[in-house]
Amino acid sequence: MVELALPKNSKVNAGKVWPKPEGATNLREYKIYRWSPDDGKNPSIDTYYVDADDCGPMVLDGLLWIKDNLDPTLTLRRSCREGICGSCAMNIDGTNTLACTKGTDEIDGAVKVYPLPHMPVVKDLVPDLTQFYAQHASIEPWLETKTPAPEKEWKQSHEDRAKLDGLYECILCACCSTSCPSYWWNGDRYLGPAALLQAYRWLIDSRDEATGDRLDNLEDPFRLYRCHTIMNCTQACPKGLNPAKAIAEIKKMMVERRV
Amino acid sequence: MSASSPASKTNRPLSPHLQIYKLIPTMAMSIVHRITGAALYFGTLLVAWWLIAAASGPGYFDFVSGFFGSWFGILVLFGYTWALIHHMLGGLRHFVWDMGYLFEKHTATRLAYATITASVALTLVIWIVGAVAR
Repeated sequence: MVELALPKNSKVNAGKVWPKPEGATNLREYKIYRWSPDDGKNPSIDTYYVDADDCGPMVLDGLLWIKDNLDPTLTLRRSCREGICGSCAMNIDGTNTLACTKGTDEIDGAVKVYPLPHMPVVKDLVPDLTQFYAQHASIEPWLETKTPAPEKEWKQSHEDRAKLDGLYECILCACCSTSCPSYWWNGDRYLGPAALLQAYRWLIDSRDEATGDRLDNLEDPFRLYRCHTIMNCTQACPKGLNPAKAIAEIKKMMVERRV
Repeated sequence: MSASSPASKTNRPLSPHLQIYKLIPTMAMSIVHRITGAALYFGTLLVAWWLIAAASGPGYFDFVSGFFGSWFGILVLFGYTWALIHHMLGGLRHFVWDMGYLFEKHTATRLAYATITASVALTLVIWIVGAVAR
């Protein structure tokens, strides 16, 4: 349901301004969303100053600099620091992206960092992605076959393999789904761009034999058709993939199987 | 959420969304498409009112025509024209997308700018042609 305002317990207050690091001449301001499950307070925005001369170029470098030098309680997910694991997905400068591949030089003024939008917050920049993963599982992201397995691998032509390009690279960071207003308002019933991109990845796999069942599962006013081509997903994807186009292709398959 | 969930889980805040998300051209055009679509219901009522007036007789028709000819009426009709043209162009954009074209993100952004530019330009052309033809 469309609820433009945040619930009472989610309203964001002004937070602490942390002291500037001593001796630093090249300061970068960070404004970061904070919430702890332990103190019963509302979320707040803390302000930190990072010594840019002592810090790497990416937003993740800045966050870890804060964690190492100023405030060890700052909580975030991160792992690979090279845009392949998807852990450090967050809202930076108003857009969902990966902190590890977003350069601070791409941002004017203070670096504003929030958790992925419209998600339950576990702590600080860590959202609860349980439902997001459940939605991915619901599209059965694996090869389904009915014919007996061949002696070796399931073969695929180069042309058919090429159809998976732009789809298989998804790292499930959730940047796209949590950028989508349709997903914000109907995330309990709309599968969202990430799950639908993966649904299409299996729909057009030449080796998969459950295309009809997969389409049946998606033929629903909410699961698929809440996509209104707002395009936030495609604009946000840090891997340069195009969930909006994949969803449009699924809609086309729905029409094609009827005519 | 079940009643047995720990308090830390049930009290979880919802992260900010509209409040913080940067408004980008494609998103803005989606919102404007919705708003103009809603405005068309109101505009259709105006057309119905005008037709009813025409069927009611010359006196009432003159009254309604007078309203539409007033500065306020012209303003409303100008807005209705723009809403109609913008929603039509937005609909054509969706038609192209439904065929599977113009999804590349920079192309989609250019398409968003083209929609708003063309709708304003076409609206002005319609009113200028209308004024000249009078």
